Formats: sequence, structure tokens, C-alpha cells
Amino acid sequence: MNMEMQTAAAPGAPNTAIQGRAKVVVRKLDFFYGESKALKNINIDLAERSVTAFIGPSGCGKSTLLRVLNRMYDLYPGQRAVGEVLLDGENILSPKVDVNLLRARVGMVFQKPTPFPMSIYDNIAFGIRLYENLPKSEMDGRVETALKGAALWGEVKDKLDASGLSLSGGQQQRLCIARSVAIKPEVILFDEPCSALDPISTAKIEELIDELKEKYTIAIVTHNMQQAGRVSDYTAFMYLGELIEFGETTRMFTSPVEQRTQDYITGRFG
Amino acid sequence: MEHTVKSFDKDLEALGRRIAEMGGIAEKMISDATDALAGLDIDLARATIALDPRLDALQREVEENAILTIARRQPLAVDLREIVGAIRVAGDLERVGDLAKNIAKRAIKIGAEHHLERATIGLRHMQEIASLQMKDVLDAYAARDVERAQAVWKRDVDLDLLDDSVFRDLLTFMMEDPRNISFCTHLLFCSKNFERIGDHATNIAETVFYIVTGATMPTERPRPSSTPPAA
Repeated sequence: MNMEMQTAAAPGAPNTAIQGRAKVVVRKLDFFYGESKALKNINIDLAERSVTAFIGPSGCGKSTLLRVLNRMYDLYPGQRAVGEVLLDGENILSPKVDVNLLRARVGMVFQKPTPFPMSIYDNIAFGIRLYENLPKSEMDGRVETALKGAALWGEVKDKLDASGLSLSGGQQQRLCIARSVAIKPEVILFDEPCSALDPISTAKIEELIDELKEKYTIAIVTHNMQQAGRVSDYTAFMYLGELIEFGETTRMFTSPVEQRTQDYITGRFG
Repeated sequence: MEHTVKSFDKDLEALGRRIAEMGGIAEKMISDATDALAGLDIDLARATIALDPRLDALQREVEENAILTIARRQPLAVDLREIVGAIRVAGDLERVGDLAKNIAKRAIKIGAEHHLERATIGLRHMQEIASLQMKDVLDAYAARDVERAQAVWKRDVDLDLLDDSVFRDLLTFMMEDPRNISFCTHLLFCSKNFERIGDHATNIAETVFYIVTGATMPTERPRPSSTPPAA
């Protein structure tokens, strides 16, 4: 590791690629599905309270990278990560890290809404109960705050006992965001959160992401280039397991440096 | 490399073809307007003026098609710059047509004036440079040639200097003989028009630079050291 990389890897140290502080610092990250190498020497910083979008053709490793950031891959045998992923300076790949606590700090919202088959209220309270033991009144407040934080409160406040599955797709996705927000994470990972949603629901989620970045560090994987352009501050373009180009979204979408980035975002391959 | 969606390439090619046609018309208008002015050829002047509506129509087509392409394809990076560039270049060429038309109109007006042939020599020189600038910048646009565009951009200073020189000459002719005043005043406006045609050529050069590099040209446009006359 050279000096420059050591400086960049230090938590809170200024970084040339991003403005402000790096919440997550990824260094020399390789990832394997069994023998197959899915990520190759990834180095990237996620700016605190900003949105970083990951784009690239299918199979480029963007979802894999997201799954490393909260060690979701740990659930599957034969998958392993090598390198460093520092969350506020602490290497989350270390075996000493409590993955349950890690996933409370790094929440995730998936492509398809995944509400639990229980009431709207319990969908939120369930996660909180895993980490905290709150009296009913306090729990009510937390559920309300979470639903408000996910811009869903107004639509569900009179039917908190209804099943989470009775909501529309867009509402279910916002319920999942509320569930993530409820346990007060520091980072939220979105894996194609709008790919199953209609344009209005998509707009609501995008508006929500814009609000959420005031408090949280956000990483989003999306196949929709325009969405990446709209919601993110930084964009990372990945291809065949490598990080090809990373930079401010405004520059990446008007004047990318790498030919492969240009060809991909202008619809010439992928 | 072509787009996966082939019709996107066709949209961009269609924009390019319209710009090329506009460039051809604008170049012809500049040269014909000057011939009409020097030879006091009223028919040629009218024919020049008659070309302008086609240029206007083409500019509207470029704009409409560019807007449709943006709406349909949500272009990014070089595609977005190409389309924004086409809108800009079409706007510049439409203005060049207006300036040439204005010269042609003056050619008709001064037909009845007291005529001074040597007063048009400087203007002919200006036209030659303006036409060359236009030709070079349109070639640079067609070839996406940044160096050639920058050369056009730097050469604009010649046209500015010549505008100053023509201004002084015409002023002298007017002081020599007050009967020259009306004729030379029209020529002063023509001189300014050529200078502005040069400005549009530099605008197009800047657009070529932007399309290719994604950046704006780094330095100030060269200006002659003496203060140009106000017009």
C-alpha cells in the first residue's frame, strides 16, 4: 500500500475523489463466488451524507459490491471477500465484527419490496425490537417517525393494523425504507429500488432518497441511467468486476473520461 | 461505436445533415451578398435574400428534432453534447444568414447612391476571411476536429483588426467627399456584419471544442489591442 492510499484510507481524511468526509472506504477489495472472482481490486470512497450510484451492465459486480458493504454475502457458503471495507475506520470484513449490529448500521432496500406478512406497524416495530426494548408509547413514536421519514405516514396512519402486503408496490417499497430507517442506520444501500415500480412511485422514492441523504450515507445500484443522474452526487461505473471510472455525477454524465463509461451510458453496449 | 438502438444513430445523422445544408446555404449567402454589393447586382441581392427562409426553416427543424431526440432518448455524455451543439450551431448559422441578408438588402439600397468602388475593396477582403473562417469551422464541425476549430477561433482577431482598418478607411472617404457619406455608412454596417459573421464562426469553434472535449475553451477570445469602433 503506498502512502497516498494510506492517507486516503484513514477515516475522515480528505480525499481527492470526493468532497468532504468518507463514511465508507473500500480498499483492494476482491470478492469470490467459489473460485470465480466477481470483484477485482476495488478502491472507492463513499462520501458521508451523499448518494453514490453504481452503474454498469448486468454481471459487472455492482450488486455484489453492495452486498459486501453489509456482509450480506456471509449468509451464503463459498462466498468470500478479501481486502478492506472501513466503516468509520473499522474494517467490517474482520471476523470480530458482529454482523447483526453491522446490518443495523448499514441497512438495505432490495429490488422487490419485501414486507413481512404482518401489520404495517409490526413491519417497523419488528426490526426495532431486535435491537431495543422500548415501552409502547416510545415504540409508537419511533414507528411514526420512521413512516414519516419514508414519506408514507400520511397514507397509512389510519390503517397501521392492516397487513403490509395490502399496500401497493410503491407503498411497500417505502415501508421497507421505513423499516430500514427505523433502526437508525448510518448507511442505506438501495439495490435497484425502483425497478419494479411505476413512474409516480419511482418519483416518490427518488424524492425520498434526496431527503434521506441529509442524514444518511446512501449507495444505490440502478440500471436506469437517468435515475442515477437525478439522484446521485457521485457515480461509479463498473464493468466485469472492475471499477472503471468514479467521479461527480454531473461530470460522469456529461464528460466521462473513460471510453467504456461513455459507450455504456450512451447506450452503445451493455 | 454505434448505438444499440440504431434509430438513435439515424436521429443524430439527420441532425448532422441539416446542419451541413445550413452551412452550405450560409456560405453561399455570404459570398453572393458580397458579389451583389461589389457589383451592385440587384438580382443577385434579391436571390440572396430569398435563400434566408430556407435557413430559418432548417434551424426550426434542427431545434424540433433535437428536442424530440432529447425527449425520446434522454441522451447523455457525447450524445447530449452533440445535440446541444447542433442547436447552438444551427442558431449561429441562422444568424449568419440574417447578417448576409442584411448585406444583400444594403446592396439594393446603395444601388441609387453615389458609388465609390475603392471603398468596397476592404469589404471584399473581409468577406474572403469571413468565408474562409466559416468554411474552416464547418469542416472542423463535420470532422469533430478540435485543432482546426481552435485555429479558427484564434484567427478571428484578423477580422476584428480588418474591421478597424475598414472603419478608418471609410471615415477617410467620408471626410474627403461628403457625397460618399451615405454609401460609406451602408458599407460601415456591412463591415460590422462581416465582423459578426466571424464572431459566429468562433461560437461554432467553441461548440466543436465542447462537443469533442466536454469542456469550454480555456482562454479569453483574442481581441485587437486597439478599441474597436462602436457600431
